[in-house]
Amino acid sequence: MKPSFQPDIRLLIEGIPYPTMILDTEFRITTMNRLLEAMTGYARERVLGLHGELVVRSNIGNTRGQLYLQVLQSGEMVSVKGDILNCYRRKIPVQCTISVLNEGDGSTCGLLVIIEDISTHEKRTRIGVREFDSVELIGHSPKMQKVFDMIPLMAYSDASVLITGETGTGKDKIAEVIHQQSPRARYPFIKINCGALPLDLLESELFGHVKGAFTGASRNKLGMFKMADKGTLFLTEIGDMPLSLQVKLLSVLDDRKFRPVGGEQSVSVDVKIIVATHRPLREQVKNNKFREDLYYRLNVLHIHVPPLREREDDVRYLLDHFLEKYTRALKKTIVGFTPVTMQTLLSYHYPGNIRELSNIVEYAVNMCRRKKINKDDLPSYLFENHAKEDEELTVEKMPEPTSAAESTTDRQTIPAPPDGGDSWPDIERRMIIDALKEHGGNRTETSASLGWGRMKLWRKMKEYALLK
Amino acid sequence: MRKLLIPVQGDFVAPRFDLATEILIIRYEDTELIGEPRTIIMEQASEEELCQMIVKEHITDIVCGGIEDLHYNFLAWKKVKIFDAVIGDWKTAMDKALKGVLTQGEIILEHGKELSL
Repeated sequence: MKPSFQPDIRLLIEGIPYPTMILDTEFRITTMNRLLEAMTGYARERVLGLHGELVVRSNIGNTRGQLYLQVLQSGEMVSVKGDILNCYRRKIPVQCTISVLNEGDGSTCGLLVIIEDISTHEKRTRIGVREFDSVELIGHSPKMQKVFDMIPLMAYSDASVLITGETGTGKDKIAEVIHQQSPRARYPFIKINCGALPLDLLESELFGHVKGAFTGASRNKLGMFKMADKGTLFLTEIGDMPLSLQVKLLSVLDDRKFRPVGGEQSVSVDVKIIVATHRPLREQVKNNKFREDLYYRLNVLHIHVPPLREREDDVRYLLDHFLEKYTRALKKTIVGFTPVTMQTLLSYHYPGNIRELSNIVEYAVNMCRRKKINKDDLPSYLFENHAKEDEELTVEKMPEPTSAAESTTDRQTIPAPPDGGDSWPDIERRMIIDALKEHGGNRTETSASLGWGRMKLWRKMKEYALLK
Repeated sequence: MRKLLIPVQGDFVAPRFDLATEILIIRYEDTELIGEPRTIIMEQASEEELCQMIVKEHITDIVCGGIEDLHYNFLAWKKVKIFDAVIGDWKTAMDKALKGVLTQGEIILEHGKELSL
């Protein structure tokens, strides 16, 4: 008589190349392989006889063994995606496959549970909070979670996205993540600061130019719109875009076509537009500084990034993150902040938001010579009186330094504009007035000090209504 | 006085901190229970809300099952003593915690005891 086939179950499941366990009909663990021991962090001997769900702590809808029961009753295999939390406090994305085990006579004797670690696969496709860590987008406060929840929705739409929020809140990072999450991710992500360039240059940068379009245009230039074809164009500080260019932008958004500067033929583009600004665009519309039609065209999908003072829960996480980042970068062994330092940092209002917080931590890590960051290691301005802070706040609210102006102009010495405006034309107008004052109205000296020819000065003065 | 929080599921310590909806809060002093354990039923599982509740309630100790590193570190930072990865019935776990003999990752096996998950 042929002997019955009775393999050694333990040896059998060791041969399965995935973490695997066998449960009895009451869902108690009868055996598990080494891969599952490694995944859960529990030795087989310790957990034999325990309910499977207590050891493989998943979120696959198996509360009170519901999924096990479903498979046992239906006899049909189930494969579900989810995650497990192991005893090393690690959350592992898994694909869990549960199937019934039958005896030779056909009666059910238990369940075979295979738990595949899909973290490497998930890294490419997962949409969640932790994925954004790589671009330093960190936030656990409800307001930030709301922002994170919106990102995948915005990524899968070709509609324009408007990101608003104060300076330093991470608008650029969010734009980057939206692009990375979108089907356009393998195409270019081009960023351009609309407040950083004067009108003529911005138009040429955005739409390109043809050879001979203007003096110095010695060759054809593609322009950012064309360079971002099939990808994403991120226009930051859109509130500073000159009105005349706003018309052209609106036309591109409507027709998906534009003409390069000096060109005769239209160029078609397929670009997702993300814009960001720290200015209240609605007010800019009211003040005729931003076109209403463009505002509505851009404001299809809107994300508002909350300032750090509205995300108090996140300050600790961010402090921790930047401390770790700079400690590692500077190869120091700082383990944390002293309680007094922490209190100071938590009670500070961060007008410059995350950018400021990051700078403070970087400064402190550089200054610190002990194991913990002390109050003395923090920048001294944190301890100055409120009046001073308010003063600094006013300076912070001055326009963002433009890359063109940054190198030549100390932003803190720019006086407030008489009309309260702070777009590039306002700054340029102010620069001309200041230079004229300085040179007693002498236009030759003024133009020389600005590095312009007299003709350009005259043209600019006419443009800004500075001529009598 | 100390305050112990245990996320529970049936008779057991809830397998996952982030998925728990039933929470026990126990006040105790010198191994002695003060009053009855208070039960809080959360509308939906949320680790963030749970963390906020822990801070708000001035919880000093936690006994739980699996907890993510992020939340563990946050709570440890808040000076909360955490016994995580505990498997077993919550009553025994509570008794052991009160007596100061519970250990992190402990598996409490009470043979012959009828428990429901």
